Amino acid sequence: MTEPVNGSRVAVAPLAAWLGRRRVLVAGIVLIGIVALLTVAAPLFAPYSPTAPGADRLAAPGAAHWMGTDQLRRDVLSRVIYGGRIPLEVAFTSTLLSLFLGATLGWTSGYAGGRLDRILSLVMDALYSFPALILAITIVAMLGPGVLNMVAAIAIVYIPTYFRVARGQTLKVREEAYVEAARALGARGVRMLRFHIAPNTLNALMAIVSFNIADAILTEAGLAFLGFGLPPPTPDWGFDIQNGQAFLQSGYWWLITFPGIAIVVTSLGFNLLGEGIGEAVGPQS
Amino acid sequence: MGLLRYAFTRVLLTLPMVLILLTVVFLVLHVMPGNPVLVILGGRNVPVALIHQYEHRLGFDQPIYVQYARYLWGVAHGNLGESFSSGMSVTSQIALHLPATLELSFSGLFIAGLIGVSTGVWAALRQGGFVDQLLRFTHIGTYAIPIFWSGLMLQMVFGIFLKWLPTGLQLNPVSAAFFQPITGFVVLDAVLRGQWALLGQALEHLLLPAFTLGLALSGLVGRVTRAALIEVLDLDYVRTARAKGLPARAMVLKHALRNALIPIITVVGIQFAILMGGAVLTEAVFSWPGIGSFLLQSIKARDFNAIQGTVVVIAVLIASVNLIVDLCYALVDPRVRFS
Repeated sequence: MTEPVNGSRVAVAPLAAWLGRRRVLVAGIVLIGIVALLTVAAPLFAPYSPTAPGADRLAAPGAAHWMGTDQLRRDVLSRVIYGGRIPLEVAFTSTLLSLFLGATLGWTSGYAGGRLDRILSLVMDALYSFPALILAITIVAMLGPGVLNMVAAIAIVYIPTYFRVARGQTLKVREEAYVEAARALGARGVRMLRFHIAPNTLNALMAIVSFNIADAILTEAGLAFLGFGLPPPTPDWGFDIQNGQAFLQSGYWWLITFPGIAIVVTSLGFNLLGEGIGEAVGPQS
Repeated sequence: MGLLRYAFTRVLLTLPMVLILLTVVFLVLHVMPGNPVLVILGGRNVPVALIHQYEHRLGFDQPIYVQYARYLWGVAHGNLGESFSSGMSVTSQIALHLPATLELSFSGLFIAGLIGVSTGVWAALRQGGFVDQLLRFTHIGTYAIPIFWSGLMLQMVFGIFLKWLPTGLQLNPVSAAFFQPITGFVVLDAVLRGQWALLGQALEHLLLPAFTLGLALSGLVGRVTRAALIEVLDLDYVRTARAKGLPARAMVLKHALRNALIPIITVVGIQFAILMGGAVLTEAVFSWPGIGSFLLQSIKARDFNAIQGTVVVIAVLIASVNLIVDLCYALVDPRVRFS
């Protein structure tokens, strides 16, 4: 960006200035960028295989192994780099699923009103009041461990969040003049929802997606930590922390410290992104 | 509307919510794919006769609505069935584990309030400044830390490296064996019996888990406190108090904070669900003998009735806390009763 090509200076300079004022947003994007790059291009960055044993057992962090090795002589750094794949996959898929299902139910409920709305709202409020993690644990306990089952459990748990926002926004948008205009022109039912109401609730829905991903990453980590994720030797931050817990009493701090930092950085990135988006589109400053 | 009438209406509104949660729990455990009997027997090649025998014993051969009715009937009578693994009644087992969870949750809530309200007030008074920015980042940071990890890190630093505090359990095994509960709340019982050494030990064991749980919730409390206080500081009566020349500290504590407390308490009450979810992980990390540990044990043992019972108790607990918060809110702010 030091030497902009013809004409791009006009666009870049204000953008850079705007981003300079959005430090929270930029911090979030940078953190997510780093994590995404390391995760997607893991084979390029990981110095060793995440699953194949090396030479040293429980070696402390040093020149050969920056984050040490575990009891199965695997390189912790490589496991941390690969270990984000499952959490990110699960968090993204489940968030998209619950966004889709929750928003669809919310739009329908808010638009239709009446008894359907009252019943759905009551059910969603009840679900919303229940601890996400405990509900997810119960669902996974019934379905059995595994990636797809984790996705299903986490998706179900977050449906009420989107339902509430989609419904609330629909009720608000429904009273707007342009909706009335569309109705006067004959728009009804699905067409009304699809073209006039739903698009105008998207901003509010998108604003919570990032926070939701951050939360889903923590829920996935919690499930994996409790042993509901993939069986070993697949690297997964939460599961690796559970593995390290057994060696904590003997002072092997690196087994739990580094995967934990990876979770914090990732979740923090999405939280900051959410904050930043809220700041950028929100009313104040 | 009078307070009593409001309370009555509010209780009536809680019932359908509890009923829905009970139904969801039932559906998750009975209708979702996966045969619970197979789960209990733990395998694929189980003789059909054995499966039928179990299904009959557990009532799973009944139509689903009969099972549902029996289940609701049992819950309404405080009967959560019999644990498969221990043969004890699930209700009595939960009663045994519940005090530990409540002790942990309330201490966690207390610590969250302590950290959250003080940092929130501090941030509000320095609105827009460096301290405010730093605290905002810290508050967001607490959302991003997995609670089981902060628990393990605290355990590692204060329990294993510094050896200041125990790394798990509610009492050391010897004291636990001789402990005679009155209420089941260890801290309370130690006070009631005047066993001060035991009280010290109980508090020592409680400190790290409670701090872990409190820290996780402190960011939320901090942000709500900051927002509520900033709003109140802008109101006329606070400006009047300031104009009268009241010192800043007295003004904040006496006038502003008291009024900001209402939204803080409401939000904390609503977040009780997060607290219970966090308690399960905290209990897992610190081997804390509460219902979270009981739930995880039950899942490992594939103890179907125990899982169902625990989730039911948590659902009822959360509905009751929401009810209590609402009633407190109505007690403090009469406007609520009329809207």
